[in-house]
Amino acid sequence: MNEEASSESATKSRLREVSLLSRLLNRPELGSVAGTVLVFAIFLVVAGDSGMFSIDGAFSWIKLASYLGIIAIGACLLMIAGEFDLSVGSMIGFAGMLIAIPAKYWGWPVWSSILFAFTGSMAIGYMIGYTVVKTRLPSFIVSLAFLFILRGLTIGLAITLANRTIIGGIGINGGLAEGDWLASIFGFVIGGPNGLYAVVVWFIILAVIASFVLLRTKFGNWIFASGGDANAARNVGVPVDRVKIMLFMFTAFCATLYATCEMMEYGSASADRGNLKEFEAIIAAVIGGALLTGGYGSVIGACFGALIFAVVQVGINFSGIDNSWYRVVLGLLLLSAVVFNNFIRRRVTGS
Amino acid sequence: MSDVPLIEFKNVCKYFGQVVALEDVSFKVMAGGVACCLLGDNGAGKSTLIKTLSGVHKPTSGLILIDGKPVEFNSPRDAIDYGIATVYQDLALVPLMSIARNFFMGREPGKQILGVSMYDAAFANKVALEQLNTFGINVPDANQAVGTLSGGQRQCLAIARAVYFGAKILILDEPTAALGVKQSSNVLKMILRVRNRGVGIIFVTHNVQHATLVGDAFSVLNHGRTLGFYEHDEITSEELYNKMAGGKEMASLESDLSTLKAQIAAEPEQANA
Repeated sequence: MNEEASSESATKSRLREVSLLSRLLNRPELGSVAGTVLVFAIFLVVAGDSGMFSIDGAFSWIKLASYLGIIAIGACLLMIAGEFDLSVGSMIGFAGMLIAIPAKYWGWPVWSSILFAFTGSMAIGYMIGYTVVKTRLPSFIVSLAFLFILRGLTIGLAITLANRTIIGGIGINGGLAEGDWLASIFGFVIGGPNGLYAVVVWFIILAVIASFVLLRTKFGNWIFASGGDANAARNVGVPVDRVKIMLFMFTAFCATLYATCEMMEYGSASADRGNLKEFEAIIAAVIGGALLTGGYGSVIGACFGALIFAVVQVGINFSGIDNSWYRVVLGLLLLSAVVFNNFIRRRVTGS
Repeated sequence: MSDVPLIEFKNVCKYFGQVVALEDVSFKVMAGGVACCLLGDNGAGKSTLIKTLSGVHKPTSGLILIDGKPVEFNSPRDAIDYGIATVYQDLALVPLMSIARNFFMGREPGKQILGVSMYDAAFANKVALEQLNTFGINVPDANQAVGTLSGGQRQCLAIARAVYFGAKILILDEPTAALGVKQSSNVLKMILRVRNRGVGIIFVTHNVQHATLVGDAFSVLNHGRTLGFYEHDEITSEELYNKMAGGKEMASLESDLSTLKAQIAAEPEQANA
């Protein structure tokens, strides 16, 4: 009995010594917050006087971060649940066409075509999720198939139904969406053309809700459990399949939100919209601390991941460095994030 | 103490096509905190027996009685409703999740707000730590990931969880198989503490020593059959050992090994090569 007690107190005190550092390291956001500080520091030095940190400049990277953040949040929750969705980028283009074609060629009011797009894309999200959980195939492959199917469908349908791949004149200023109640919720701008876009507000709302759901609800616990060990989760009664399907629908929702905001900003839909965005979303989630193997990650981390992305992209523009370096930097960021996450996972699982 | 067993198997058989997995298996667990040990070597039918107990398999013939009444399990859910909880070897724990989140996984505490079921983290942390403490497991922080716990602590966490959620009969599948001496002793202490709360325990193991340390009754499983049912003072560990291995098999193994030793001794150059 004495032996047991002394060994227990020894373990206890050993944990106490490292507790501050270990608590910090156990936060999945740590890497992305540190990364954000780092890229801000770098660009303050390199491009501090270029206008990047003026109000106009700041709005430009905040807007960029918000767009990416919206799909990164979806990708992040899905990755924590142990799955990938590579169809996000194609879904953005597809959802844009689901709004533009009915609005422009079938005479639907814009609000109804927006609702149509959300319903349609979430139905496809359900289909992807259903296929993944029923076939037990890796979602990587299933959603890769949908990456091609949806992109092909988008171009094919646009050409068949509209005889073009870019459909314009739908914007909120002078386009079809002018005065439409629903469109204005996605398209408002506060403070002029370089001001605060609706997408920023949507991003913040989505981040707050998603983070709340993940950390403070029963469903959030199910997300962690499904990705951490699907079998263990099933054995204690977690409806793993339902959780995964719902999150595939959520990524489709995020892609459609992205597409709607972008369309209201540009006033047009284009069949090539969203190209490669699925990778950017996954990279932002990974920089934000999400493990590729599932079961671990953070919505707040993914938001910071998106912010890093945007600051690097805009910063390289402002500092006059050639644009191609942007991808080099991102690749390096991704690589260091994965190495760091791997280290964290070994720490947390004690292996 | 009543003399009606908490759970009883009467001549239970389970066949998978032509394969006889269980044949005439009979044993019982008395009410009022009794640990019944089911001993068996690999392939003796332990897994099939556990799955039959927990409602995964239906017996081909024979009776399962709970509190003296015959019952039929159509699914694991039915067994759980009768208060039968099974702690499998994989423990159904997620290493990346915290102790508290694992403790309440699938049964999260919290009320509904605007149709959303909340997760009450403060309550979960408090209860998980309290429950572990009552069984003598001291962990500093319920937010600690389960991956940082030792194998023995994980086993105890899984057992504490089953007891907290109302297990009347607790089936433990080889709880000490993958553990060292010290951790095994912690798990055995935990089993005694749970037994003292009046929970009936079915301790499935191939470790005779561990079985005799905590068991009140023993049944040996060999080739899908039960070889008798013994109270603690009716049988010695040697006898249990022999029954488990089958006396004949043990003797033939001994002679096989001595022949092999003699062979190796006769060909030293080959052994070095």
